[in-house]
Amino acid sequence: MKKLKITMSILTMALVALTTMSCKDGKKEGSTAPMSNEMHQEDAGSEMMADNSSNSESSAIIDNYLKIKNALVADNQEDAAKAGGMLMADLKDFDKSKYSSDKQRELTDIIEDATEHAEHISESPMEHQREHFDILSKDMIDMIAITGTSKKLYQDFCPMYNNNKGAQWLSSTEEIKNPYMGSKMPGCGKMQKEIN
Amino acid sequence: MKVFKTIAWVLLIAFVGIQFFPTERNQSEAEYASDFMEVNTVPPMVQNKIKVSCYDCHSNNTKYPWYNKVQPVAWFLEDHIEEGKNELNFNEWGDYSDRRKNSKLRSIISQIEDDEMPLDSYTFIHRDAKFSESEKKEILKYMTQLKNKL
Repeated sequence: MKKLKITMSILTMALVALTTMSCKDGKKEGSTAPMSNEMHQEDAGSEMMADNSSNSESSAIIDNYLKIKNALVADNQEDAAKAGGMLMADLKDFDKSKYSSDKQRELTDIIEDATEHAEHISESPMEHQREHFDILSKDMIDMIAITGTSKKLYQDFCPMYNNNKGAQWLSSTEEIKNPYMGSKMPGCGKMQKEIN
Repeated sequence: MKVFKTIAWVLLIAFVGIQFFPTERNQSEAEYASDFMEVNTVPPMVQNKIKVSCYDCHSNNTKYPWYNKVQPVAWFLEDHIEEGKNELNFNEWGDYSDRRKNSKLRSIISQIEDDEMPLDSYTFIHRDAKFSESEKKEILKYMTQLKNKL
């Protein structure tokens, strides 16, 4: 009987050990700043004026992209993550059917790539969010080059990010608000181009 | 004591029971023309290290360790491999567009730079999957070159 008990406890311990040792990596929560609402609306106003023009779908995409941007300007990991999740849904809903097959192929590529970055933004700590935002911005710029947009946008450039390799972003305001350096250097960067 | 015995029995039965759940094996004998090593000219050291350290979760063929046969470990591995392949599959490298390659390379570089890959939970058991400082430097150099050439 004693032997059985010993065997049992060994088995139990082994099971517990196996269960807890399983690889729970990744999914590190970034610093969760308290909810700040002030940045929310700044760039998202156009949601209200739902325009039914030909690029109405890309407009939802741009809105959520801008929300991520604003959250990163404000060092707000949580809001950036939320907007990342919404952007994923918008990208999935995007209707490519009215474009030529060449453009469709290119859009599919962009959307696939952007979706992956949006997904990472929705579940990563802030420094990773910024890395993915960098490539996402490139995707957005390329996408808008195809779809066009009715929005007034500014294409900005931060020369310092990523060990001075630099990174672009889009904004709906002319004033520079840097999403890569956050509150450390909010005014760093310059406008490269006006879209519309 | 009786309670303990009952719990032990329940656990034992559960442990035995879950062994009967099948898991999907990530195994393939195929040679892929789109494989990372086929479409790129990869130096032998980098090639070897990436195959040893990354291919178990980032390709269509996993070299399974013995404990994979034991549940619930098998489930966790299955999840990991699925997630890993979703993120990056070296077998399908040639099928990625330049845009995707650029994204993947950026992530590969940053993950290795920050020592996030290979996962600690993986190198804990696969000691040979660990990168030495010089191996890390070599691999990063190669990946950066590849990215700059895109």
